[in-house]
Amino acid sequence: MRNKRALRIISGLGGATAILALTASTGFAQEGPDTQAILDNIWVFIAGALVFFMQAGFALVEAGLTRAKNVVNIFAKNLSDALIGVLAFFAVGYAFAFGSVSDSGLEKFIGTKAFFLSGQDLAIPVDGGLSVATVFFFQVVFAATAVTIISGGMAERTKFISYLIISAAMTAFIYPVVVHWTWGGGFIAQLNVGDAVYSDFAGSGVVHMVGGIGALMGAWFLGPRIGKYDENGKPRAIPGHSIPFVLLGVFILWLGWFGFNPGSELAADGTVITVAVNTLIAACAAGVATTITIWLKTGKPDLAMISNGVLAGLVAITAPCGTVNAGMAAIIGAIGGILVVFSVFFFDRIHIDDPVGAVSVHGVCGAWGVLSVGLFARYDDAFLGRENAGLFYGGGFDQLGMQALMILIIGAWVTVTAGALMFILKSTIGLRVAPEEEIEGLDVLEHGIEGYAPDVAYAR
Amino acid sequence: MKLVTAVIKPFKLDDVKDALKAIGVAGITVSEVRGFGRQGGHTETYRGAEYKIDFVPKVSLAVVIADESVDSVVDTIVSSAATGKIGDGKIWVSDVDRLVRIRTGEEGTDAI
Repeated sequence: MRNKRALRIISGLGGATAILALTASTGFAQEGPDTQAILDNIWVFIAGALVFFMQAGFALVEAGLTRAKNVVNIFAKNLSDALIGVLAFFAVGYAFAFGSVSDSGLEKFIGTKAFFLSGQDLAIPVDGGLSVATVFFFQVVFAATAVTIISGGMAERTKFISYLIISAAMTAFIYPVVVHWTWGGGFIAQLNVGDAVYSDFAGSGVVHMVGGIGALMGAWFLGPRIGKYDENGKPRAIPGHSIPFVLLGVFILWLGWFGFNPGSELAADGTVITVAVNTLIAACAAGVATTITIWLKTGKPDLAMISNGVLAGLVAITAPCGTVNAGMAAIIGAIGGILVVFSVFFFDRIHIDDPVGAVSVHGVCGAWGVLSVGLFARYDDAFLGRENAGLFYGGGFDQLGMQALMILIIGAWVTVTAGALMFILKSTIGLRVAPEEEIEGLDVLEHGIEGYAPDVAYAR
Repeated sequence: MKLVTAVIKPFKLDDVKDALKAIGVAGITVSEVRGFGRQGGHTETYRGAEYKIDFVPKVSLAVVIADESVDSVVDTIVSSAATGKIGDGKIWVSDVDRLVRIRTGEEGTDAI
């Protein structure tokens, strides 16, 4: 495996097995892992906790951009996909992603061991690296991120039970396979285009594009919300009920991204902070770019769109954050911020109703992030294995080609599997709630409670 | 007794309230409403999609007064609520058949 990142993860697992062997045969007391190993594990854990809190961010953004009558439903979906996602990834997802890998046969495409983390020593290896506990914790919150993207694209009209099944399928199978092919050292990690191997530092492709395409499949099979398009097919605005929620959500997601990207260094070193700087700058550049774009296009700086823009920049920088310098991070973010506006308009026009812009922010800008590595890669991010891999640094078209290939493979996989999932659900238990329920609001009819119940006042 | 109902621009409420108190009106009831007359609505955009807002926020206030005070109340509201711009609102006057003060049970003009 040329993939140093996968090596870090697998060495953790290998180290763990070594400890098991040692203790079994000698019974000696162990020296503890060294300070660097402890720092690595603690940092990655903290980063994982920040990523976990992005669940709150996603929930707030989605709730803010949708109507009050559905607020319980959107929060329920966001909570449930975390609950189910963690358990599904624990049960089978982690095993499929990291359990075992090989350069041929079944294990090139999917892991076959460590279901329910069985047989895994969770301790920090004596010779350094991340423990299985750390790897699992960090990876499971990424899985939860990928799946929660989908709830936005399917908002305001999806049967709750169908969404639970989608969450389980995504985190148990569809997402872990993509991880296996990349961070797990499998199929895509073993490909090359000339000198180029794939690079996706923190998951513009592995996480965000997967979620975005899942959201696209969901929105497509669901169809648009009632009233979204008028009798001439022109899109109507369905304004969200709380712009304050949206902004709080954006800030929470942004903070979480300081775990998402820097934590993906999988070590406590200087790169963590340069990655964080790139992340910050890309987000700000994207926000400004979106502000200018939407202001010019509609005559007003629409904050709902600008919020999407900031997130688009964060998604876009997620793949290249380990290989670019800050100036290029700004450009990558800004392009994401412009792209997301046109993408939102585009999907609206082709009658894909995406209430929160999940497909545009995560799908389209995730793909842009992956591609941008091929253009702007400068430093070795431990995936690339070389410097100046980007087209603009004299690296030729190899890296760009490899990144494009990765986008195609992941895109095809998710389109087919998520599409099949949506199709099967639609044909069996149904994807969509009844029209009367959609108009009334999902909260009372799917969940039995109101989100903003008026105060009751009793005299006795 | 008469019921005077006025639909006015929300930011004029304080002026109307002060002017009515100055002429001795004891109480008013206020509600937030939406409506349109000749003013019409306006167009906004949300994430690139245009949408027409037909209704404009207004305030509706209701005063119950003795027959002799009607003209003075109507004139007071007109002068304190007017801005001269479109959307200032309307006033209408209707009969009140019966009026009761809940606390004391007084009826008719004693209840005003």
